[in-house]
Amino acid sequence: MDNPFESGTSFLHGLDPRIRIMCAVFLSFAAALSHYPQVAGAYLILGMGLVRLGRISWQNLKPRVKPLLWFLVMIWIFLPLTFSQEIIANIGGLNLSMAGIRLSIMITLKSLAIVLMFTALIATMPMASLGKAMHQLHVPDKLVFLLLMTYRYVFVIQEEYLRLLRAARFRGFSPGTNLHSYRTYAYLAGMLFVRASMRARRVHQAMLCRGFDRRFYTLDVYSPNRWNLLFFIAMLGAGFGITLIDMLWMYS
Amino acid sequence: MTPIVELKQICFTYPGAEKPVLDHLDLTLNPGDRIGLMAPNGSGKTTLLHTIMGLCRPQSGSIRLFGAPMREEKQFSPVRPRLGLLFQDSDDQLFCPTVLDDVAFGPLNLGASRQGARQTARQVLERLGIAGFENRVTHRLSGGQKRLVALAAVLAMSPEMLLLDEPTSGLDTQVKQTLSDILTGLDISYFIISHEFDFIDTVTDRIFSMEKGRILSDEQIHVHAHEHVHKHGQHPHHHK
Repeated sequence: MDNPFESGTSFLHGLDPRIRIMCAVFLSFAAALSHYPQVAGAYLILGMGLVRLGRISWQNLKPRVKPLLWFLVMIWIFLPLTFSQEIIANIGGLNLSMAGIRLSIMITLKSLAIVLMFTALIATMPMASLGKAMHQLHVPDKLVFLLLMTYRYVFVIQEEYLRLLRAARFRGFSPGTNLHSYRTYAYLAGMLFVRASMRARRVHQAMLCRGFDRRFYTLDVYSPNRWNLLFFIAMLGAGFGITLIDMLWMYS
Repeated sequence: MTPIVELKQICFTYPGAEKPVLDHLDLTLNPGDRIGLMAPNGSGKTTLLHTIMGLCRPQSGSIRLFGAPMREEKQFSPVRPRLGLLFQDSDDQLFCPTVLDDVAFGPLNLGASRQGARQTARQVLERLGIAGFENRVTHRLSGGQKRLVALAAVLAMSPEMLLLDEPTSGLDTQVKQTLSDILTGLDISYFIISHEFDFIDTVTDRIFSMEKGRILSDEQIHVHAHEHVHKHGQHPHHHK
């Protein structure tokens, strides 16, 4: 669950997190709303460019992209066979549809582009900076702290889960496909919920002890960087440019 | 001299439990006190600390903090920062992303400016010898480091008394030594719960014990080096 990207020193790592969040959100929407595979392909190239700019190695990127690839494999198996328009072939009673293939291509290009852009722009900052930047962009405090607290305690909960599982293993538990295993896992999950809620209570108590009054304050200050504005304008320009081409193409 | 903490005839029973955890308990902590409390697990030590802080409301008895009677949340919340409670599990206490954020959390809540809070946090971290930690991510610290940061977070609010709940649990000898050096070097009073005789003996002036939901002061017990305490220990006796 560790983030291997956040400790880089590339150009992207030095940019203001707020700029990076705004660019990532804007470009993802633009990519998701595009209409043509060529346009979606342009966003994918942009995403690859950003990954390169962030000096992210393929080695580290692989585990991020892998689950997406499995999802795409599913899409490629089912979508081309489920449409009834533009049939191009009939294989053993199943109709292969061009419309389905086109949709699969679009989904592939768009999802890869968005994952790459988010990895390059967002995953390259520590969670703390992400939280602070979201706070500065006026995302509601409750959401920001929900995110930060989840990130902070997910490790603690994982540790507790592993501890429970270890304890079960020590007593000869080996998971299988039987009712006993399912019940044991249900107990583990239940215990985890109980512990998590007890911990939540203790964390709240600890916060009360330090004068918490339902308001959150942050310490953040960012050093200005002249590249911030340039990068923002460049990304905005790229996004608008590609969208414009997409629109012109659609209405021509 | 007004006592910092004054508990009188406190009774507390957990819902569903047969016996009370705190049974007509009396405890007075004065400025300058450095008191240790040794008692077995499950004897209600943590409940006692939480009662002092108003996190746990007793069924009967009276609590006075800094001379003022405490009954409801409204009365507790302004005095809580004057008592620094160090939780048994540091993970409960450190919830901010970075060490500096966490240490500054208390001062910010107390109305310090960003600059001021940052400065206070840095000073405390330096005083505890962990100045290099400020940008570290809290969940990646080791157990000992977490404990020191949690202590820094409590000290950053300049409390008038520290309440420490098993501060040495899960720590190695070296961190224990650091912790005891820090505590003996502080000029504030504290009340420590622990079952480590050596540690408590080094850092406190008096050692109390707890039995059947009540506090036994050091006049009533005699603590000796074979690491257990009980009533009438000063009389010749043998163990079976």
